Amino acid sequence: MSLVTLRRRYLDGETTPSEAIAKLAEEIASRDPRTGAYLSHDLDLALKSAAGADLSKPLGGLPIGIKDNINTLAQPCSCGSNFLAKKYTSPYDATVIRKLKEAGAIPFGRMNMDEFAMGSATENSAFQLTRNPHDHDRIPGGSSGGSAAAVADGTAFAALGSDTGGSIRQPASHCGVVGLKPTYGRVSRFGLVAFASSLDQIGPLTRTVDDAALILQAIAGHDPQDSTTLDAPVPDYSAQIDLGVKGVRIGIAQEYFGEGIHPGVRENVESRIRQLEGLGAVIVPISLPHTEHAVATYYVIAPAEASSNLSRFDGIRYGNRAPNPADIIDLYHQSRELGFGPEVKRRIILGTYVLSSGYYDAYYTRAQKVRALITRDFKHAFEAVDVILSPVAPTPARKIGACTDDPLQDYLADIFTIPANLAGIPGMSVPCGTTSFDGADNLPVGLQILAPHLGEAMMLRVAKAAEGLSLP
Amino acid sequence: MSHAHIDVRYVAKLARLDLTEAEVAVFQSQLEAILGHVESLFAIDLPGDIDAADTRLGPMRDDQPHPSLPPEAVLLNAPDQAQSQIRVPKVVADA
Repeated sequence: MSLVTLRRRYLDGETTPSEAIAKLAEEIASRDPRTGAYLSHDLDLALKSAAGADLSKPLGGLPIGIKDNINTLAQPCSCGSNFLAKKYTSPYDATVIRKLKEAGAIPFGRMNMDEFAMGSATENSAFQLTRNPHDHDRIPGGSSGGSAAAVADGTAFAALGSDTGGSIRQPASHCGVVGLKPTYGRVSRFGLVAFASSLDQIGPLTRTVDDAALILQAIAGHDPQDSTTLDAPVPDYSAQIDLGVKGVRIGIAQEYFGEGIHPGVRENVESRIRQLEGLGAVIVPISLPHTEHAVATYYVIAPAEASSNLSRFDGIRYGNRAPNPADIIDLYHQSRELGFGPEVKRRIILGTYVLSSGYYDAYYTRAQKVRALITRDFKHAFEAVDVILSPVAPTPARKIGACTDDPLQDYLADIFTIPANLAGIPGMSVPCGTTSFDGADNLPVGLQILAPHLGEAMMLRVAKAAEGLSLP
Repeated sequence: MSHAHIDVRYVAKLARLDLTEAEVAVFQSQLEAILGHVESLFAIDLPGDIDAADTRLGPMRDDQPHPSLPPEAVLLNAPDQAQSQIRVPKVVADA
């Protein structure tokens, strides 16, 4: 059931927030031991909020799962890391949580994730694997894998995730749900535990495009607590969502349909594009020539920012503190060594290296210049088109454990999602049928919709049109 | 420049990480592979008019006092505390 439907049922008196949340808890108890999407959920607290829910508000009484890197007052926020496990309780609400609560929503559940959002499979959580509800031997994608899997599994109506290089869109694609990464600066990052501050954005994972619009409406806007938020009016995202695609110019970049794409993914995405053309969209070939450099650029900039951001985890103010250190420096070393998992250490070392004396210009400054080229590619493209369509990921969900010793292989699979983060533009994943892959049938495929800065309304409109189609 | 020169143990020390021998061995080959890919950036012919990406902040808020977390909320998560302050090991070496 979608949020929109659940809200209508509340307003029609068919059910209440307390009943819906109690039912959700039953679904979690029944299915989540297998799926592993939730790290925890506080039913008593949610039922207390449900009892006082104001149904006149846009999200009145609607439960929403929260990725475990978004601070929610009096709840844990482990970021999937042993560094913070059982040692940190949020002393404040992130701005997105404050806004959700003001809109009447009830944050319910802490969703599993790759440690500090570093990963594409949710295999880097320190606590548990999350399994893809469509095939329990496969990854749900990541890093917002818990959020996506719960929505797909029917154990959450909707959830918040965060997207630094595809961490909302790719798990949405692998789990067959809707995922939306807003324009950089559209949604406040205050209270999101920072991974790479120039790339991170919070966004919704939902069952429908209308639900994604509903949540975006509630969380978007300028925030004095985050100086990177944009002081631009927030449009009514539902107002034009049903206008269809007649006359909409859809860009297709050859760089997003090259070698390495699974034939079933290509077929589904190309078929959906032809269907949109049949509804009156105008297909325009475009070029994004620097796409091939996006992953290399990202793996300089994101680790560099992460190595700086994660220096705050030093064992002094919160989180893991090593017992019996020899001195303060030893305390830092031991606390971090014991608290962080391998992927986090790998990226901290990589980031420290590219920022170190003698290497900074060669790696970091150069990567920032290539980032500017990638941004320029999109700027040129959006002079001729309204949106760009592509696959979200080159293949459907892989098997759990298939890339453990070779992190570069997982990094390269983010080729279609990373450019949007580098350029700061919004992107969405919308379900686009299923295909067979690596011995499994019926694995979800995602269609990616990219739009120019602050182009969320048009992106949602195209997403809504695509959502209503079924493949021939 | 060649990625072969990354000294994982030394860089980990800069990052305040105490790696085990096993971690150093694994990270050495993995990081070399990642840097090998990253070095494809060196081959790009950058146009003369391109500057580093603009990642400036928006306008800063006014420099005025405003409410912040009360001390008890800040101390809630402190691993060790005394007299309403966070306690840490001695930070000054003996003379």
